[in-house]
Amino acid sequence: MPIMLSSPHIHGGDSIRMTMLTVILALMPAAIVGVYLFGWLAVFMMLLCIGGCMATEAVTLLMMGRPLRALSDNSAALTGLLLAMTLPASTPWWMALLGSVFAIVLGKQVYGGLGYNLFNPALSARIILLISFPLQMTSWIVPMHVGTPAVDLYDFHACLQLFLFGPDAIGQGLDAITMASPLGHVKTEWTQGIGVAEALNNYHYSVLDAFLGREAGSIGETSALALLIGGIYLLARHTITWHIPVSYLATVAVLAAIFSSVDPNHFAPPLFHLFAGGLILCAFFMATDPVSSPVTPVGQLVFGIGCGVLTWAIRSFGGYPEGAMFSVLLMNCAVPLIDHYFRPRVYGHGNGNGA
Amino acid sequence: MPAMLKRLARSLGLVAPNFHGGIEPDDRKLTAVVPIRDCPLAPLFIVPLKQHIGGICEPIVEVGERVRRGQKIARADSYLAAPVHAPTSGRVVKIEEHAIPHPSGLGLTCIFIEPDGKDEADDSLTPMPDWQQRDPAELRERARLAGLAGLGGAVFPTFIKLVRDQKHPVQTVILNGVECEPYLTNDHRLMLEHADEILSGLAILIHMVGASEALVAIEENKPDAIAVMRRALAVRDDLPDVRVVEVATRYPHGSEKQLIFSLTGKEVPAGRLPMHVGVLCQNVGTCKALFDAVMFGRPLTDRIVTVSGEAVPEPANLRVRLGTPMRFVFAQCGLEDFEGLHVLHGGPMMGERLRSLDVPVVKSSTGILAFSETALSPAHQAEDPCIRCGHCSEVCPVSLVPNLLADHCRADQLDKAEAYNLFDCIECGCCSYVCPSNIPLVHYFRYGKGQVAQIRRERAFAEESRHRSDARMDRLERDKAEKAARRSKVREQLAPEAAAATTAETKAETTTQGEGES
Repeated sequence: MPIMLSSPHIHGGDSIRMTMLTVILALMPAAIVGVYLFGWLAVFMMLLCIGGCMATEAVTLLMMGRPLRALSDNSAALTGLLLAMTLPASTPWWMALLGSVFAIVLGKQVYGGLGYNLFNPALSARIILLISFPLQMTSWIVPMHVGTPAVDLYDFHACLQLFLFGPDAIGQGLDAITMASPLGHVKTEWTQGIGVAEALNNYHYSVLDAFLGREAGSIGETSALALLIGGIYLLARHTITWHIPVSYLATVAVLAAIFSSVDPNHFAPPLFHLFAGGLILCAFFMATDPVSSPVTPVGQLVFGIGCGVLTWAIRSFGGYPEGAMFSVLLMNCAVPLIDHYFRPRVYGHGNGNGA
Repeated sequence: MPAMLKRLARSLGLVAPNFHGGIEPDDRKLTAVVPIRDCPLAPLFIVPLKQHIGGICEPIVEVGERVRRGQKIARADSYLAAPVHAPTSGRVVKIEEHAIPHPSGLGLTCIFIEPDGKDEADDSLTPMPDWQQRDPAELRERARLAGLAGLGGAVFPTFIKLVRDQKHPVQTVILNGVECEPYLTNDHRLMLEHADEILSGLAILIHMVGASEALVAIEENKPDAIAVMRRALAVRDDLPDVRVVEVATRYPHGSEKQLIFSLTGKEVPAGRLPMHVGVLCQNVGTCKALFDAVMFGRPLTDRIVTVSGEAVPEPANLRVRLGTPMRFVFAQCGLEDFEGLHVLHGGPMMGERLRSLDVPVVKSSTGILAFSETALSPAHQAEDPCIRCGHCSEVCPVSLVPNLLADHCRADQLDKAEAYNLFDCIECGCCSYVCPSNIPLVHYFRYGKGQVAQIRRERAFAEESRHRSDARMDRLERDKAEKAARRSKVREQLAPEAAAATTAETKAETTTQGEGES
């Protein structure tokens, strides 16, 4: 490498490695809640996805003849952890492994590796799995401490058998050990002509439970509180800026507030929307993925608003109960356009001038 | 933790930033408490013919000639230039090309002076203690003859800015004592030790441009300088509308355009000068030099240089004669073995790496810094792919989008790079400093600017050639037409004698063609 004669000669010390590690740390509260709710299943899932992503990354790097040094930037580990967070705890191991391979190969390396992917790798893998295996991807195992679980998820052996061989191995049907998530429940009832308020009532829905995470859902998405703690940590460490999460969540809340006040029977209230499904996880950890989100603050606001509108629209009118993941992926496509049109005003150009 | 809270507060918009972006590097002012001392005379002085932004000067001394300190030894032929003076008395030993501190590594013609040790001063510039009665134009000529150039590092010839323009009257004079580059303390020490001279220089500036107010901007990491300047100001009654303003410690607060925005809320329009928004910005060192030039008739022959960096045993602020070889200056601070060291000219954010230590101190030498290889290591680490984190556009004081701009420069898409405002980049280095992927963004921008300049030069040359060729064709056409017109006139006159004309016409034709070809 030639001697760098060019300034600056000092560096702030920030690195990709540290950035990724910070995000992994920020996910820890949600991961702990995941283990609390889903026991060993959550542990297995996280280890498998992280291991799967890192192994796939190593293989693809070798195949492309690139240095394995890239493996130490923690980005593959983060992708694995993020993927695990979005999966139901009852996902079969091979499906999770397939997801890990999809995430790294189709989500990242085919575009040229880190920094060049158009879509968030973990999310694109999750969407591929959802479309390929709709039943398993929308079956939520009954968590611990919520109602009466059919399986003791703190039992290592039972969990290992469930994880490796499916519900049949412990003498259960998938239906027997799973329950509906609030979003899924509301959507199903609506198709049967039952309004939102009534549906929530017969689900025994409580906003506090949803906020704390005592509800069915994917491993890392149930607890809004844990995710918010991680999100605030990311903001404080300046790994992300407020623009995307705030504009995203505010858009969903405002749309929900307006429509639920007009037609409360059809449209769910804002707090239900905010704490349900993968919204908080997507807003703080998926939509803010630097590679697949806009660079400039104004662009990030536009991106966040777009995600919010799409999430709310898919949840309210779409065939799927949850729209957060689709909306982020759809907005990912618009990023080059947003980057081009929403550039900041350069010093000394245009208006905003005293002279 | 406080830094984290501060960042959080800023990211939530609770703390209003003074200018967009910027960074807060560790300021490393190792020499803030070290008083300025004189650097002894070097055994040989190397004085480059150009130490400013602009044209190269023409030497007016000959080899073997005796010169005195402050004697003009090279004159400025172009408008944008500052003449060069002898740093001490002695003999001109040779005039030839020598390495100078410049990122290109190219040399420049230098005048070599062997000092006689007497240090006799030249007195061709008469002192003007009565400057208040003098015409501003006369003082401006003095600033030009004294070779003043911006001592903050940009070395723009000072006299050009010191103008009373009816269309753009200067209302505000900003005295720049911000010194935001890490390590550098020369302005800081100057304010502590020469506050009164600086303020007198400010009074001269105000008189020259007819400003109604003046601000002395100092970063809040120099509370002693702020206090000293305030005290010095309080006892003077000739500077009623002058204030010392404490500005946030944030790099690049000392950059002219950023400082003007921070203090006045005005943006200097792209491609224009501060005077177009009614502001004159001068560095405190330049201001002191102006005072010396006017009060004592002393041309610019020395400057304060911060000699610092972790590899320097005794970091210091030295008053160094221009033309002193850097090796000699480092030796005064106990550094003689440069094995495995990197030497910077200027601050670590905007300075350049020196390939040779035999280069002289020049007017732009704010500091010379020495580091071990590892201290500057990030600049040598391999570049990772951009993860589009956007930190670069957050810190860019000009609000560029550096990562996208760098993509265009790297791909030689120069028209796109220009559309992304390549030429508004001030090369402050904030983007490279924060980049988690260690991308040398500024380096790409310099490359892009160089390529565009090259293309423009080639285009201008081609255009000129085309003009020349067109002009020649036109001239030939014109000549031909004129000759034809003359011929037909002759033919009309001689019409009655048509019979004789036939042969004559053939002859004329042949001669015209012959001429046309010659």
